[in-house]
Amino acid sequence: MTMLRQGSRAIDKLVIIGHGMASQRLLERLAERDERPRHIHVFGDEARPAYNRILLSPLLAGEIDENGIALRDAEWFAQHDIRLHSGRRIERIDRQTRCVTDNCGEHWHYDRLVIATGSRARFFDLPGAALAGIHGFRTTADVDTLLAASGCGRRAVVIGGGLLGLEAAEGLRKRGMTVTLVHRARHLMNRQLDAQAAELLSAELARRGLELRLGCQPTAFEGDGERVDGVLLDSGERLPAALVVTAAGILPNAEPGLAAGLAGERAIAVDDTLTTSDTHIHALGECCEFEGTTFGLVEPIHAQVEVLAERLCGGDARYALGDCATQLKISGIDLYAFGVLDPEAGDEVLRYVDIEAGDYRRLILRHGVLVGGVLYGDTRDGPWYFHQAQRRRDLRACRDTLLFGAHDASQQLEEAA
Amino acid sequence: MHETTTCPYCGVGCGVVASVEEGRLNGVEGDRDHPANYGRLCVKGSALHETLGHQGRLTRPRIEGREVDWNEALDTIADRLGEVRMRHGGAAIAGYLSGQLLTEDYYIANKFFKGFIGTPHLDTNSRLCMASAVAGYKRALGADAVPCCYEDLEKAELVVLSGSNLAWNHPVLFQRLRTAKSRNPLMRVVVIDPRVTDTCELADLYLPIAPGSDIALFNGLLAYMAARGRLDRDFIAHHTEGFEAALAAARDEAADIATAARRCEVDAERLETFYYWFASQLHVVTLYSQGVNQSSSGTDRVNAIINCHLAGGSIGLPGAGPFSITGQPNAMGGREVGGLANQLAAHMDYHTPGAIDRVARFWSVPGLTPTLPEAPGHKALALVEAIERGEIRALWIMATNPLVSLPDANRVRRALHKCPLVIVSDCMADSDTLGCADIVLPASGWSEKDGTVTNSERRISRQRGLLPAPGEARHDWWIICEVARRMGFAAAFDYDGAHRIFDEHARLSGFENGDGPGETFRLFDISALAGMDRAAYDALAPVQWPVNAASPRGTARLFESGRFMTDSGRARLVAVRSRAAIQQPEGEARLLLNSGRIRDQWHTMNRTARAARLMHHRSEPFIEVHPADAARYGVHDGGLARLVNARGDYLGRVRVTTSQRRGELFVPIHWNDQFSTRARASALVAAVCDPLSGQPESKQARVALAPLPLPQEACLLLGSDDKAPLAESGWWCRIPMSHCQRWQLALANAEPWWEWCREQLGSAPTLWSEDPGSGHFRAARIEAGRLVWWLAVAPTGRLNPLLGEIGWLDDCFALEKIEREQRRRLLAGRAASGEDAGVTVCSCHQVGQKTIERAIAEGCLSVAALGDRLACGTRCGSCIPELKKLVAAQAERHAEAESA
Repeated sequence: MTMLRQGSRAIDKLVIIGHGMASQRLLERLAERDERPRHIHVFGDEARPAYNRILLSPLLAGEIDENGIALRDAEWFAQHDIRLHSGRRIERIDRQTRCVTDNCGEHWHYDRLVIATGSRARFFDLPGAALAGIHGFRTTADVDTLLAASGCGRRAVVIGGGLLGLEAAEGLRKRGMTVTLVHRARHLMNRQLDAQAAELLSAELARRGLELRLGCQPTAFEGDGERVDGVLLDSGERLPAALVVTAAGILPNAEPGLAAGLAGERAIAVDDTLTTSDTHIHALGECCEFEGTTFGLVEPIHAQVEVLAERLCGGDARYALGDCATQLKISGIDLYAFGVLDPEAGDEVLRYVDIEAGDYRRLILRHGVLVGGVLYGDTRDGPWYFHQAQRRRDLRACRDTLLFGAHDASQQLEEAA
Repeated sequence: MHETTTCPYCGVGCGVVASVEEGRLNGVEGDRDHPANYGRLCVKGSALHETLGHQGRLTRPRIEGREVDWNEALDTIADRLGEVRMRHGGAAIAGYLSGQLLTEDYYIANKFFKGFIGTPHLDTNSRLCMASAVAGYKRALGADAVPCCYEDLEKAELVVLSGSNLAWNHPVLFQRLRTAKSRNPLMRVVVIDPRVTDTCELADLYLPIAPGSDIALFNGLLAYMAARGRLDRDFIAHHTEGFEAALAAARDEAADIATAARRCEVDAERLETFYYWFASQLHVVTLYSQGVNQSSSGTDRVNAIINCHLAGGSIGLPGAGPFSITGQPNAMGGREVGGLANQLAAHMDYHTPGAIDRVARFWSVPGLTPTLPEAPGHKALALVEAIERGEIRALWIMATNPLVSLPDANRVRRALHKCPLVIVSDCMADSDTLGCADIVLPASGWSEKDGTVTNSERRISRQRGLLPAPGEARHDWWIICEVARRMGFAAAFDYDGAHRIFDEHARLSGFENGDGPGETFRLFDISALAGMDRAAYDALAPVQWPVNAASPRGTARLFESGRFMTDSGRARLVAVRSRAAIQQPEGEARLLLNSGRIRDQWHTMNRTARAARLMHHRSEPFIEVHPADAARYGVHDGGLARLVNARGDYLGRVRVTTSQRRGELFVPIHWNDQFSTRARASALVAAVCDPLSGQPESKQARVALAPLPLPQEACLLLGSDDKAPLAESGWWCRIPMSHCQRWQLALANAEPWWEWCREQLGSAPTLWSEDPGSGHFRAARIEAGRLVWWLAVAPTGRLNPLLGEIGWLDDCFALEKIEREQRRRLLAGRAASGEDAGVTVCSCHQVGQKTIERAIAEGCLSVAALGDRLACGTRCGSCIPELKKLVAAQAERHAEAESA
């Protein structure tokens, strides 16, 4: 029996702008609820339904095909009475009339609006930035473009040694390109890894044939006036490049919301109920900002989805910032990192180092509580460590065995208890 | 091929069946037909085959550190002994032997030193363990003759274990006693020991008497027996003398139970129970060992015990008698040939009428007459003093390690360094005593030596040569004979095998032995074993002496006729009174220090330490302390501490235990410079002894106790036999393992450990873990896949709990290749890491295939259900296809099971 909550206003018509992983997950949550808004319209500017964007790098690397990244087919949407509008971009939001306008000029009324437009690659404002052959790495379209441009043996330059840049570089290398990766910091993934883990990562990538330029920045893109053929670095070096991928940060796709007058600076500001400055409008995922933080990883966005789904079904849930763990999706390279990266005075740093076997872990304890971890090589214990950190569990009793993993440490904790 | 032989460890003298294949001794088991053990073996005996191998053996003679051939070694010894004898007389030469020697070796040594060198100064390490028992038996029974046999322990109604930790030191006898007790519900066992030992497990009554109160205890018993009319008046009247004086002395000391209880510091009711049981029971065996013997009043203690047996008539009967159990495998054989300084030969003493002439005639050969000394020589401690005075100028030590075992061991070291010529015959290369040797001779060891031994029940058994000796190692008797030959005594030392020596020994035992004219009657008579050829000798079945015309099949029990070996034929009760120990508190050294053996080690460990499993029970030198003393002196369980007195010090790991009385400590006697820093218990014991037996007072030293403040501890496993880097200021202990050497270190300073490895171990770690804040560091070195070394460092007191699976680490040194999965386990120090999760399926949440399969089997039959339970597939989702397959596979198996 359907139990509509009489006390709260049931939402009749929900419009969702953007069909990426966040909005699809929101739809999944709503679909299983009786209290869901009756009419749901979802607009995606990509030609296909939402797919698993995390798997773009294995797709680029050729390890899986497009079916491997698909989430739901049309049948599912029909089955759950959700109207999916693929290939339609919402151009304008009219908050007065609670109406959005798509790129075909069609108007859609909403009782409640969710903006989940995601983000795009940040491009460099450098000489030659407009040349052809400079791409981001965010969509299947980007993958298609990169694949089209990646001839065997040709040279590519990837700018950005974070998660995305590394995955793109490795994907292109696997496609047969000669890839040079340019990274501004002295070590790779400098926001997640300590120097030792980054060193192991660099060594493994170099062993695989990736060329690295660390501590460098591009100063100009060079070309024949039409297409890029090289990247000039601040070191003075010129890297020949038939293809450039920029993966040095993302920009939230906040424009539709900000243009409609919603509050926000870099992104659309939301409160802990994921509500924007307009109570009829929510924002979710990479296009929103909460307490000054923007988002790029999947974990906190999943948490946002849970909160928003609950709200949209008339419930009360609150979102709070939490730590999240980072993983790299490159086959054969396992790393797992979370929390504090640079120890403060008084923190205890525990390290396990096996360079020969490419196995490393570093844990930071603050007053007996795990506040940061970097695992490289064998990352199987990563989630357990992360869980202990989130629980703020006092691990002093298992400090002797903590580095050796969940089993050893748990056993020692039990013995101490 | 299976061969019978005997165990070389304690005085039980168990029969062993050894499996020998292609020149290797692959295994041992107890000899079911041997009357000492009927197939049983203790842990040490069972590990005999693990202690063999050529590694660590002496294989070449050495002179002043230079390897030489036998000819040069023997010529040099003959020349130098000859020179000492010419210039200073035969009495400037001394021998120090061992209960490890076979009877044949012992016989030849005795004949050589006393008969042909002409020195009486031949003593043995048996002085340290049963000299008081010998003196007590002689005084009471007129001969060094153990009246009982092992069967008596089983036939007794009451077994009193006094000063004996039978469970650890004579485990097979303990097992026999346990079995007998379980079969005879009326049998009672009383344990008398200041220390609670494993032997107490069998006790119906335990008396934790004050150390040194033994005489008061047994005097009290004698007085009680008299007071309650529990004496065997007939036996006393017809077969004993000295009863009245003994009883008067007993009454003088402990006329009533209250007095005795006070002197022994035991509960009066418990004491009365013991007295009542003893007094009302004829079939009583009192078994005693070092707790009684190792005392400055050891002989009187023995007589206090024997007095009670004589007064109650409980001797010379099945299941009755005062029973001394020896520590060594052939302490008895040494006594039989006369290998102690106060004996002459074959149970004849210097004062035995006609003995010197009789032995001289027996040993004479055409053209060569021995010149026997006239009077007894120096017993062990006096021997050391004679060396210090410069009277002894040449000392030949065989099969023993006096730098570890003699009291005031540091003084012994100084004396030996001062002695102009020290010859050491040994089978092992790592003995502290070898450090003092001018000439080193490689001797054959167990499984190579061939001859006989006598166990604690007078049973003579063959110990066999089953394997060739390594390198140029030779039998002790051969070495002595070769020196004798070079000194001009060839004709008296011409033997073509051990059986010839045994034959001569047997003939001497019966030589002019009897009640006829020109004879004296000696109990030790094995003349019925004379005349055996090699084959008969090899076939010799275990037999108890006397073995003569009257008793050709041996004698289980002595004095059954009531005739004793004294001049009067009566046994003597001896009036004895307690005397205070000679060692008394001096300055800060107030705690009383007891010492003894542990279950799994033998003597100075150079054999038993070769079997890794024998190191498990107690791996390090230790100090047992009562909790109150631990608190008072600031030491704690598992920490290191130092014992010290004016003579030396001892470092060991503290074991806090209520099995110690307050104010008393216990340390093991085994450790020495080969295995640890300053862990020779004997260095703390004063060189004082029983005036009659010369046995040192090894269980009543006085020491001060203090913690050893070393903040860091390390465990280093070395795959090689290299010595660990040892800091002068620190502590160390070496624990041999099967595939590596384990070094326990304690250090005064925390080092930069990574650099320490590179500098001190000569190679940087391959993998390491560090937690500088807590002082933990672990590292391992792997070269070409093999483990080279392993190190764990922790703050003091935190290390040992981390070494739970040290055996697994040891095994890792034997692996051809350390697999990737094992590398971190090395540093964790344990093999397994929980249940096997299998191959990782969900990498986001690190969920393994086996974990997923278990969840499916328990009812998670969809991807969503798995996600709810294990979180797999809920983040990036890339493992969902695989999860689906696993669910489907389970459904298929389920369907198959249904249809089947």
